Amino acid sequence: MDSGNVTWILVSGALVLFMTPGLAFFYGGMVRSKNVLNMLMMNFWCILVVPLLWVVVGYSLSFNGKGSMLGNFGRAFGRGFDFGGIEPAVMIFLATFAAITPALISGAVADRMKFAAWAIFVPIWSLLVYVPVTYWVFAPKGWLRARGSLDFAGGTAIHVNAGIAALAMILVLGKRKGWPRDGAPPHSMPLVMLGTGILWFGWFGFNAGSALAANGVAVQAFINTFLAASAAGLAWALVERIRNGHFTNLGVASGIVAGLVAITPGCGYVTSMSAIAIGLIAGVVCSFAIGMKFKFGFDDSLDVIGVHLVGGLVGSLLIGFFADPKGLGFDFTPGLFFGGNLQLLGEQALANGVTMAYSFVVTFAIAKALNATMGIRVTADRESEGLDVTEHVETAYNNAERTMGRSH
Amino acid sequence: MKLITAIIKPFKLDDVKAALKAMTVEGMTVTSVEGFGRQGGHTEMYRGAEYQIDFIPKIKIEAVVADHDVARVVEAIVEAARTDKIGDGKVWITPVEGIVRIRTGERDDDAI
Repeated sequence: MDSGNVTWILVSGALVLFMTPGLAFFYGGMVRSKNVLNMLMMNFWCILVVPLLWVVVGYSLSFNGKGSMLGNFGRAFGRGFDFGGIEPAVMIFLATFAAITPALISGAVADRMKFAAWAIFVPIWSLLVYVPVTYWVFAPKGWLRARGSLDFAGGTAIHVNAGIAALAMILVLGKRKGWPRDGAPPHSMPLVMLGTGILWFGWFGFNAGSALAANGVAVQAFINTFLAASAAGLAWALVERIRNGHFTNLGVASGIVAGLVAITPGCGYVTSMSAIAIGLIAGVVCSFAIGMKFKFGFDDSLDVIGVHLVGGLVGSLLIGFFADPKGLGFDFTPGLFFGGNLQLLGEQALANGVTMAYSFVVTFAIAKALNATMGIRVTADRESEGLDVTEHVETAYNNAERTMGRSH
Repeated sequence: MKLITAIIKPFKLDDVKAALKAMTVEGMTVTSVEGFGRQGGHTEMYRGAEYQIDFIPKIKIEAVVADHDVARVVEAIVEAARTDKIGDGKVWITPVEGIVRIRTGERDDDAI
């Protein structure tokens, strides 16, 4: 066993786990104070339920197999691992990826989804959508990977997948009361900025950890993650300064996350200057993409589609231009700018197109089924009163210095 | 006895407090409030979307004073709180029928 590699994979797993609370604060600060605990709970729920499911069957079905479509049960129940190698470390590292993927969707359904429905949606979605898409994109024999598409850390399997699933969910869930007439500005921008910082920190594990080794590719992925996030935050801030007249904290935070999303698929396939270009492009494109929801009339509360779907697509397609095997020093298909042809771009488009079609259809069906059986939306009264008290019987900010009478 | 209520800009609170202490006003109650008057609200911008914020933060000061102190207390508040810009706030005076100091049971002017 290479102790350096295993150490880096385990540390990366802890870093990626920390991203889910980071995402919870990033989203939680953006909602109103009456819904912040519901948002935190939707995210924390994912790190309760998904890792269990992952070790029991998820990993085995996502990675262990020789077919092109789906794995088998050879690693189910945590069995069949060789603890002399890195595979068990990789398995638990990837549990954190499985956990944060449905958590990304929570930003789109904010302020109105019944928590019981979310609680059931998360494991069902993980099994029916995340597991097969992950097998196609990441497993050695998965058909999209075998055809030649590239996804280093999860642009297609995670961000595009969750982003299009968010669209399917909100089409079933419907708009929030009063949207878009009544605005709902963030209740705590400091929480948003804190969450952004935690996400950025954890993302080094997400991207550089995906090298699954402590090597030069991990270092390049680390550098790229840093540069793309800075570049995209800068680009978004400049767009807002030019378009609206001010640098805003939320613009910077959104840009950083858009850059992190966009560099995720290519972080181990491109060199430093390409990472800056990808970050700049993603920052500008996503800053305009978030306006789509007003044009098309879908209530994506916290812009999961504008940031994760669009950012993931931008980053994944740009691999078709920027992939640079000579620069990285290992073997994969080069992009258009580095000696390649349109073949890689075509594979990237196909992989993302297939992922979007499959994820949209299955997510839509899950949402419809849950809606027909248990209902996925809270009542109008509960929505007005806020989900913290009505769904979780808790209040985020008990500012008054008061005691509470205990009832029995 | 009169209740003097003043709505002022939050950053003027220290000036008003100092002015009232200097003239031996015995106490005041301060509350953070939100509202709008002629100043109106302001706009904020999040992800390119503009939000109209109608209620803006103000400080409400309440102090009960004896009838013969009313004019100079009001004058002091107005002088201390004024910036000559829109949104400086208002002061109003309300008659008070009675006061009791809880600790001693003193009443009315003795309780001020």
